[in-house]
Amino acid sequence: MPERPLFLERASFRRRRLGDAARILPVVAAIAALAPVWWIPRQLSFAAGAGWLFGLWAVLILAIWALHRALLRAEAATLRAESAVAESLAPPAAAAPARPDQGDDDHAL
Amino acid sequence: MMLDILMIEDERNIAEAVRFILGRDGWRLRLHPDGEGGIEAIRENRPRLVILDLMLPNRSGTEILAELRSDPDPALASTPVLMLTARGETAAAAEQADAVLAKPFANQDLRDLVRRMLE
Amino acid sequence: MPFETLVAGCLAYVVLMFGVAFAADRAAARGRVRWLDHPLIYTLSLSVYCSAWTFYGAVGYASRSGLEFVTIYLGPTIVFTAAWWGLRRLVRVARMHHVTSIADLISARFGKSNPLAALVTLIAVIAATPYIALQLQSVRLSFEVFATESPTGAAMNGATGGTGLWVAAGLALFTILFGTRNLAADERHHGVVTAIALEALVKLLAFLALGVFVVWGLADGPADMMSRIARAGRDPAVADGWVLRPDRWTALIVVSAAAILTLPRMFQVMVVEAADEERLHVAGWAFPAYLFAMSLFVLPIAVMGRELLPAGSNPDLYVLTLPAAAGQNMLAFLVFLGGFSAATSMVVVCAIALATMISNHWIVPGWLALRRRPAREDTEDLRGFVLNARRLAILAVVAAGWVYHEASGGAAALAAMGLVAFTGMAQVLPAMLGGLLWRGANRRGAYAGVGVGFALWLGLIFMPSVGIGHPPVLPSGVDPLAFSIFSSLTVNTLAFIGVSIFGFPDPVERLQGLSFVSAVEPIRYSRTTRGEDRAEPLLAMTRRVWGADSALRYFQAEAAAQGKTGYLPDLTPNFLTRLERRLAGSIGAATAHAMIDRVAGGVALTVSDLLQVADEAHRAKEEAQRLENATNELARTATQLREANDKLTALSVQKDAFLSQISHELRTPMTSVRAFSEILMTPDLSEEERARFAGIIHDEAARLTRLLDDLLDLSVLESGRAQLNVSASNLHDLISRALQAASATRSERVFTVDRDMPSEHVAVITDADRLLQVLINVISNSRKYCDSSRPVLKIRVRQPAAGGAAIDIIDNGSGIDGSRQKLIFEKFARLNDPARAGGAGLGLAICREIMAALGGEIDYLPGQDGAAFRITVPRRPPSGAVPTQEDAVP
Repeated sequence: MPERPLFLERASFRRRRLGDAARILPVVAAIAALAPVWWIPRQLSFAAGAGWLFGLWAVLILAIWALHRALLRAEAATLRAESAVAESLAPPAAAAPARPDQGDDDHAL
Repeated sequence: MMLDILMIEDERNIAEAVRFILGRDGWRLRLHPDGEGGIEAIRENRPRLVILDLMLPNRSGTEILAELRSDPDPALASTPVLMLTARGETAAAAEQADAVLAKPFANQDLRDLVRRMLE
Repeated sequence: MPFETLVAGCLAYVVLMFGVAFAADRAAARGRVRWLDHPLIYTLSLSVYCSAWTFYGAVGYASRSGLEFVTIYLGPTIVFTAAWWGLRRLVRVARMHHVTSIADLISARFGKSNPLAALVTLIAVIAATPYIALQLQSVRLSFEVFATESPTGAAMNGATGGTGLWVAAGLALFTILFGTRNLAADERHHGVVTAIALEALVKLLAFLALGVFVVWGLADGPADMMSRIARAGRDPAVADGWVLRPDRWTALIVVSAAAILTLPRMFQVMVVEAADEERLHVAGWAFPAYLFAMSLFVLPIAVMGRELLPAGSNPDLYVLTLPAAAGQNMLAFLVFLGGFSAATSMVVVCAIALATMISNHWIVPGWLALRRRPAREDTEDLRGFVLNARRLAILAVVAAGWVYHEASGGAAALAAMGLVAFTGMAQVLPAMLGGLLWRGANRRGAYAGVGVGFALWLGLIFMPSVGIGHPPVLPSGVDPLAFSIFSSLTVNTLAFIGVSIFGFPDPVERLQGLSFVSAVEPIRYSRTTRGEDRAEPLLAMTRRVWGADSALRYFQAEAAAQGKTGYLPDLTPNFLTRLERRLAGSIGAATAHAMIDRVAGGVALTVSDLLQVADEAHRAKEEAQRLENATNELARTATQLREANDKLTALSVQKDAFLSQISHELRTPMTSVRAFSEILMTPDLSEEERARFAGIIHDEAARLTRLLDDLLDLSVLESGRAQLNVSASNLHDLISRALQAASATRSERVFTVDRDMPSEHVAVITDADRLLQVLINVISNSRKYCDSSRPVLKIRVRQPAAGGAAIDIIDNGSGIDGSRQKLIFEKFARLNDPARAGGAGLGLAICREIMAALGGEIDYLPGQDGAAFRITVPRRPPSGAVPTQEDAVP
């Protein structure tokens, strides 16, 4: 029993950090799309700019894809760990496992 | 011409039998076929005797009887009432009625009872 | 390419779209939604964002302003980087509240206020009309490209002026056919979405094919292309327009990011048509990838068009003229279909979204307000009204686009018209985001923000775009469009926040605010209901909105969840809250709220109630949930026990009453028999009198016999020893025979019989005589008791999914009031009419026993504007119900 909660903590920790990344991503994306144009508009207006733009765009698409994949896996892992803990604590935890991290979600924005 | 008997009965055939039987004895009889408006018919006609069926549509005989007994006009309130019942629970019905006759009845019993009550 | 071939190909494509939509709707109706539900279909449907403006206009935009065109796609991409925590929550909250449109979302969040929704609808309509005109114009222009090229086409060139009208009419037809099938506006339009997904593929393939042709066919691959772009940049005539301007760049990214959230058509496909928020896991990256693919070749096409085509060619049409000039007819046709797809899919979805908003927030509330007085009596079919209102709105929206197109002459550059719509709807964004993220946001703030933003947009952007007034005069170096966008959005946001801070929301608004911001189920609030008898009017009202079947099914399920039998659940706050949200999915939050209040009683909500529930919800959400489950279970059990107990008590009373009733029913005919037989014994009667009295005796004896038959019948049925003569029979014949037989009852009354003959031809394996007996009984009852001056008997046969048939027999009399509905199937339960109709009051009791023996049911349907019975017959009788011969003989 002692090592199981450790596992839970780890899975949930990873999930939370990925959640942080998901929140920061739009800010990073917005800065990456806006700042260079304010800084060096003329250099970004032609062929080089097209390279920069479409490169950035592809990176963003990959980042969203990777983030969703990682978050879905982490969420599944947390749920598995939690149900394992709930089983090991059987009698008092007979109720359905509580939704994790609820409070965090609610005040996130 | 004063009315002898007002009958409140919804069964047409029974009413017709009673009308025939008592009519041959010379009583003047009028029929009201429904519980609704029964009390108004009594007030209007002021009969000497009321023959009242217990099971009536819309208003039961017991209700009509209770209302009649509580009428402000003492003469009307004390009109004799003969209650007809098909259910056999004569005791309850008899409380305020002057006489109770259970269905089915012998015609002679009806004639005797009516004559006794009107004379 | 001959113009006729083009027209024929285009028509074939249209037929294909109708076919796909029809097939998808059919598949969905049969429950085969698995592939329709795929996240990729959802992703592709999001591509209505890429309208004709994108398809044709992006290249024109790029050739005028270089890379600036990318802003229109970069904004949505940035929004989609927030798919995980932002868009998923938006979809979750919207689905939770059965939101039907962007206007409905705003209205639901800010205290279910309809005027606010009406205001948002107004902005949407004003912004969308030129945008729809733009789509029609693009189709007309693309037709003209082909028409001017071929000799026969040139002759028909004059005729292409009518193209706009034909396209508009076709689109309105498609939208009405597939967009107004179901009433619940929050339900999905599988046909439309599937057709649009297919169109999205055509768009993408056409554009990619053109891009590949341009880069590898016209130029010598990517390296050559890059050097051509660089060369174009060195041309001073080009370079001036191409240099990026940071203020415009930022403003356009902000506006396009806002547009993906607030444009009615985007809200429709992204939020309303989403089954759940999980599909955003795929759409989150796949939709930006789609946008990426759509814009990858824009700049190369623009550069090549500029190089190869004669000066003065319209850059908005490079995508068509470039392959046509190179002699690539098939490619040009594919591109034409792509552009056609882009234009049509935008118009269809936009018309559906706007029509929902117009009917839910303008027409229906206005109509309900007009006839507020006779609200109690309104029996008309609201469902039909709402659907027709929506159809009318679709026609109006498309027609307005066409009128605008004709009136404006279609001169403006494509990009300008698209931006006008984007900036208009962006004015809704502060209220929308504020409503979702900030509990302090309130209705007055929303009015102020949206109102001010709307006014500024009208003055600064919309009016100048249609040629009224001028764009703001600004010092040189400040871009008018960027200035207009920033100033309107800033003032809008400040007004929204400022007024919100000083306002105080009412309780309903605070509850909705809590639910939206925390993404928790809306909290049930107590309403003072005026007792149990409101359930039936509520059912009647719901039936008017949904139709009888859905309403009955929903009420029955809710009653079953409470552990009750029948169709009328208790009006618990839980039930009312759920019902209101479901209704909101059909007619919008504000109207649903008002209608439920009118029928079920007003909101009794104080601030302390509010704090209490809010507190409970916030601090002990999980504990409350667990307790609630247990409590619900207990409540259900208690209800069941109470019903069982009531039934037992009632049974004992019934037994006594039954005996007393039998006595009465036997004695009454017996009285006449005895009295008249005694009379007949007297000698002095005329022949005529004798005959009459004998007749009476005969009738009364027959009545006695009937009564005894009925009693015997009942006792055989009740003991389960009834013998069934099972055979296959057609319900249509049985119903006809029953109507014939029942017409003897009160034959002087003329009944209008409303039947749906084709649906009646259902074969059932049952005891035809017994079923006939039930039908005759129910129909005769209607003939006896229906008190309408123009009686109508409606008979409907349905085939439930479980097999068998359900026969509804409904008259238009005053029906049976709630308290008696449970009694009518009891023995001797004649209503206020003892003996008048000749029966002993055993008819329905026998019917119930017969139906039980046949393995079916007979029920009273409440809330149908008259007495209504549903007779349910199974496909075949239960196997144990056919006893052996010996058993059947008593």
